Amino acid sequence: MEKFHWQLATVQSVTQETPRVKTITLALPEWIPHLPGQHYDVRLTAADGYQAQRSYSIASPPEQTRQIALTVELIEDGEVSTYLLEGLAPGDSLEVRGPIGGYFVWKDNMKNLPLLLVAGGSGVVPLMAMLRHRTAIGATNPAVLIFSVRTEDDAIYQRELTQLASQDSSFHLFVTYTRHSPTGWSGYQRRIDRAMLTEVLNQLNPAPQCFICGPTLLVENVANILTDMGLPANTIRTERFGPS
Amino acid sequence: MAAFFNPGFGSKRKASNSDRIPPGQYETDDFPVLTAGPTPRIPLDTWTFSLDGLVESPQHWTWEQFNALPHQSVTNDIHCVTKWSKLDTHWEGISIDTLLEHVTLKPEVRYVMAYSYGDYTTNMPLDDLRNGKAFIGLRFEGQPLAPEHGGPARLVVPHLYFWKSAKWIKGLRFMEKDEPGFWEDGGYSMYGDPWKEQRYSSDD
Repeated sequence: MEKFHWQLATVQSVTQETPRVKTITLALPEWIPHLPGQHYDVRLTAADGYQAQRSYSIASPPEQTRQIALTVELIEDGEVSTYLLEGLAPGDSLEVRGPIGGYFVWKDNMKNLPLLLVAGGSGVVPLMAMLRHRTAIGATNPAVLIFSVRTEDDAIYQRELTQLASQDSSFHLFVTYTRHSPTGWSGYQRRIDRAMLTEVLNQLNPAPQCFICGPTLLVENVANILTDMGLPANTIRTERFGPS
Repeated sequence: MAAFFNPGFGSKRKASNSDRIPPGQYETDDFPVLTAGPTPRIPLDTWTFSLDGLVESPQHWTWEQFNALPHQSVTNDIHCVTKWSKLDTHWEGISIDTLLEHVTLKPEVRYVMAYSYGDYTTNMPLDDLRNGKAFIGLRFEGQPLAPEHGGPARLVVPHLYFWKSAKWIKGLRFMEKDEPGFWEDGGYSMYGDPWKEQRYSSDD
């Protein structure tokens, strides 16, 4: 069994990804190689001893050694996300422990199997770690990311994903805007539905390993459709989050 | 690292209900959904619930038979290992004590493996299911339990982290020795006491 103990990381950089999302890169004194999809727990302590913890997916691939990148979305009234996004600067210390989680992970023995990634909003973070690792190990398995966002302002990693799609012919990116699409947009502009998943799945043969991460409704909906389409339940891995 | 603190953190927090929120948890009014895979759809005409393993004679109920057992209403606080706690949740269901009246356990039974539709499993000591501590939840907040929250029936063990409250419950298997279930096998705590913050195996 892995040992998870708290360590004091140092903030190396804070990068604005979108108006409500930042990536915090941390240097870890005891860095352990993680699997893409795993998370770290972050613990904040007030001067009076009060503590609060949250879990954040790792955005960086394990090839980025000695440090981890956590991409954090600002949650309204969220005591931890507010502090992380508004109160942290390079050089500050932060208590973390991990890497944690052994199920929602893309393992190297999946590198030759087709891969279907489905993200809603900041659910893209653990999937980005998978794509970054996939690129780093030179995998050429057919891979698709369906990324559902409300508006362009919610499309985290948009530039990197677009660039990856143009450079890697085995990777296809489908962004769908559910509330407001950019001017001149000719792609999807609706919630993920059966027709969309059918079009995308037609490009993946044999049946893919599926990773779905996002708000509960999106994950429930997509997982139900994929199950209805006949994909085995044990090839569909989900990570749901509420507004917490 | 006890002396470490984050400057400026914690000044705006709400103090209400703090004695009912275990360490590292926060209160939410939502009911988040956490599951490793798709939500199984379980037809009620083929649904069964079983008590098996180290029992003199295994017991099985159909949905109709199970619902004919005496129900009780329970109000409790629930605590998820992903850090949220939800206070004053209202349930209706069947006490494990009621179910245990229908089997004779072998004397060596100390542990239980709860198993579910969709192949989820989770382990706990027998004593944590007895004497009013746990029940099979059938209704939540006055409504039939929704599939994404574990319906038609889920185990509810409110004094342990909520992953022990197996969704889509199919039966309880009685054991002599403790064995890890799905998350426990992946490094989570064998017991999961929120008040001792037993999240991972290294916290036990």
